Amino acid sequence: MNAGWEWITDPANWHGSDGIPVRLAEHVGYTLLVLLVALAIGLPLGLFIAHAGQRAAFAVINTANGARALPTLGLLVLIFLLSTGSDVAALIPLVILAIPPILVNAYEGIRQVEPQVRDAARGMGMTGRQVLFRVELPIAVPLILLGARTAAVQVVATATVAAYINLGGLGGYIMDGILLREYGEAVGGSVLVVLLAVSVQGLFTLFTHLVTPRGLRKEHA
Amino acid sequence: MPEGEPLVRWDWIASHIELFGDLTVEHLKLSLLPILFGLLIAVPLGVLCARWGWLYPPVLTIANILYAVPSLALFLVLLDFTGLTIWTVVIPLTLYTLSVLVPNVVDGLRQVPEQTRQAAVAMGYTPLRRLVAVELPIAVPVIMAGVRVATVSNISLVSVGALIGIGGLGRLFKDGFDLQFTTPVFAGIVLIIALAVLFDFALVLLQRLLTPWTAR
Repeated sequence: MNAGWEWITDPANWHGSDGIPVRLAEHVGYTLLVLLVALAIGLPLGLFIAHAGQRAAFAVINTANGARALPTLGLLVLIFLLSTGSDVAALIPLVILAIPPILVNAYEGIRQVEPQVRDAARGMGMTGRQVLFRVELPIAVPLILLGARTAAVQVVATATVAAYINLGGLGGYIMDGILLREYGEAVGGSVLVVLLAVSVQGLFTLFTHLVTPRGLRKEHA
Repeated sequence: MPEGEPLVRWDWIASHIELFGDLTVEHLKLSLLPILFGLLIAVPLGVLCARWGWLYPPVLTIANILYAVPSLALFLVLLDFTGLTIWTVVIPLTLYTLSVLVPNVVDGLRQVPEQTRQAAVAMGYTPLRRLVAVELPIAVPVIMAGVRVATVSNISLVSVGALIGIGGLGRLFKDGFDLQFTTPVFAGIVLIIALAVLFDFALVLLQRLLTPWTAR
């Protein structure tokens, strides 16, 4: 552990093209890109199946849960070998990893809206679209963000493995550390990833608090 | 990948059946031992958290932070202490299992209806007997939901251990990468998914047996 701390605090590791700021920016960039793509796929799909038939929802939710069984390392290597080393391709397994929590939580979020609330909105003359955007979505926001948080943390943690196929990011320090038996570098890289993941978690908690409609906030017990 | 190389070379698979068998056994040991240890720790810990509410928030925070730690990082830190033994992988996976199971045990116990609890008290059940014979059985479906999530994710996570040399079927991914050869990678993915599906199904059956009253 001490070697890791020495490595992090060594000024030499904070400069240059593979310095900590550059790698950190790469890591954050990959995570954001993956998260945006996963949200663009998982969120609409989750909202859609919450309104589609029971059977369609059951099939999609089970597929999403099944996707958790896919070994990310295996997919990364397979896609890397098939695509002869494209960077973007390497992000596909991470997107697959991020979709299930987003999709399942969006679905659950809409499903838990009480029928009376939905009926009241209809009774007030809202159209289907207005019910979705003005009533259901705001009520589902806390659960949707919880899904996004789980996905974000998983992507930050798992993007380290992507360094195995030379994707860069903070995982690169861990891989180089293992290969060159430089423990300080490997442990230092790990500590940085943990710090990043914990900050992402904190940011999401804060953000959730800010965007949760006031009527939904629980009185603090 | 060289030109004209097929995605899967069946003759390679046929000649490596024995290797698949050995790796599968190691893979199961690495992914299921943490479930066993996780349950042994999570149930008492969850009971304590459900009993003394103030204990739960700090435990939940630690669980959330643990969940954020990359597995590779934990493997590396432990490598110093436990070396190339299964413990280097089993201990981190036990921690992940805990971070999934403890909240489920607490939620499961909290949703026991108050009337049921009072009925048990009125019937003269001691607190311990009430816990073991009434509350825990009612919590089984929620606890089992956590066990299923942890089992499936452990089976897929173990493969990352291959990067430090202890990874069950994950070795096939490393071999495939080193040799630029898709067949073992493909075989590894299929075997890992098959194991996950098989054990998930077995757990559903086990839950039916444990809670016959929920069956329809």
